[in-house]
Amino acid sequence: MDVKTLREDFPILSQKVHGKPLVYLDNAATTQKPQTVIDTLVRYYSEINSNIHRGVHLLSEKATAEYESSRHIVKDFLGAAHDREIIFTRGTTESINLVAATWGRTHLKSGDEVLITSLEHHSNIVPWQMLCQEKGAILKVAPITDAGDVVLDEFKKLLNPKTKIVALVHVSNALGTINPVKEMVGAAHDVGAVVLVDGAQAVAHLDVNVQALNCDFYAFSAHKLYGPTGIGVLYGKEKLLNSMPPYQGGGDMIREVSFQKSTYNDLPYKFEAGTPDISGVIGLAAAIRYFKQWDHHELFAYEQEIVSYATERLKQCPGVRLIGTSATKVSVVSFVMEDVHPHDIGTILDHEGLQSARVIIVRCL
Amino acid sequence: MSENLKDLYQEVILDHNKNPRNFRKLEDSNRHSVGFNPLCGDKLDLYLKMDGDKIESVGFLGSGCAISKSSASVMTTVVKGKTKKEAEELLDIFSDMVTGKKQMNDQLVEDFGSLAAFSGVSEFPARVKCASLAWHTLKAALEGQNQESVCTEKED
Ligand SMILES: Cc1ncc(COP(=O)(O)O)c(C=O)c1O
Repeated sequence: MDVKTLREDFPILSQKVHGKPLVYLDNAATTQKPQTVIDTLVRYYSEINSNIHRGVHLLSEKATAEYESSRHIVKDFLGAAHDREIIFTRGTTESINLVAATWGRTHLKSGDEVLITSLEHHSNIVPWQMLCQEKGAILKVAPITDAGDVVLDEFKKLLNPKTKIVALVHVSNALGTINPVKEMVGAAHDVGAVVLVDGAQAVAHLDVNVQALNCDFYAFSAHKLYGPTGIGVLYGKEKLLNSMPPYQGGGDMIREVSFQKSTYNDLPYKFEAGTPDISGVIGLAAAIRYFKQWDHHELFAYEQEIVSYATERLKQCPGVRLIGTSATKVSVVSFVMEDVHPHDIGTILDHEGLQSARVIIVRCL
Repeated sequence: MSENLKDLYQEVILDHNKNPRNFRKLEDSNRHSVGFNPLCGDKLDLYLKMDGDKIESVGFLGSGCAISKSSASVMTTVVKGKTKKEAEELLDIFSDMVTGKKQMNDQLVEDFGSLAAFSGVSEFPARVKCASLAWHTLKAALEGQNQESVCTEKED
């Protein structure tokens, strides 16, 4: 793996910012796109653009075939059992909202509990807060240590027969912590809860296998995996997805419509109302293909090498305090600097050509 | 550091950031408003003691980046003793300056004193809100929106 040639796959990285070569460090917010993903989007619109699942003409057949083969690529990527367990959404946020609005609304009642952790992104907090408010249920939050690890004993103590759903992040966007998801899923299942895993930050840094994790739902966004914005995935176990009511009504999600009653389509279409982001789905598949061509062992080892380097160097800066020092973490480095506000650091780094993360930490602390 | 950055972080700004003036709650204030910039977490409490139409004294508390804190500090030093109308005129000039609508000239620098230090902000569109927060909060306080929270942003 040659980093210099790898960088050349990303056209945006060849530009200069404020006269300096661009160093892009904000991948946790969104990743840049390799040329092959950009080309795929252009090719889709210049060669096969049409609507899917209904046309009888050649273009529609081609677009449908590519859309469905993309679903298969995602299924393999997540290690799911069936293509129909892969539902395309607008992103992680929509995937979580879908589960809260369908599974959550049908299964939660007053006095039930939803368990999350202190590591969650807003997208994995607010939908549950809204659901709990609507149902008179209670949101419980498992604490973390100073290093940024979930306190597993506390997490397990919070689980009880009233816990209906556990929603937890696979990898923290702010601290980089990798949650021991498999163990947490096991504990949640022991009390009969279902588990949703927010994989937004995990898919680009770990090899994910939803069957090995045994989670019930898994959500991620294409744009954090070198794919386009506006497209994401919800994986769900077939049995659960079948038991859930549809999320939105409209085209593609129905089998038969009359003014009296409509019958719903099978999985996964039941959850894909309206014309989907066809180019986005095909672009996501291109991103996965791009990502998979690398030796992940080597890739992740390289990431660990630069995160250790950055950590060591930052430790030497006077006044810098690192936030998130878990022994199991991916390549996110967060820090605060004595007397210097993150916004000022951001502006100064930007002028040195470094596109660093925004002020996520101030918001979370 | 680039020239732009030097213009942004002028001595005046760094000094007010380190030693903010009027950094206290006014015990005898009769106006109070709260400014909030959710984008960066900047938050500021502004206290005014009005004598009729005149700002008799002013104080603030809060946390934020160097730009927002120093802007609040400099603002308190210049609006003290001014009438509501005079303060609002300053606000308009300040807004024009930080958004780059008005070019600084020698006369303005002279009239404007330490406020002119914020002219460099116009080169940093992402920071205009930091510089303006205190002034929006002042406006709310002057208009008597006591305790109201002024927000530069809808929460994203
Ligand atoms: C851990 C985590 N969850 C959820 C999200 C939300 O993703 P999206 O905005 O793509 O829906 C993010 C994005 O920052 C994230 O980092």
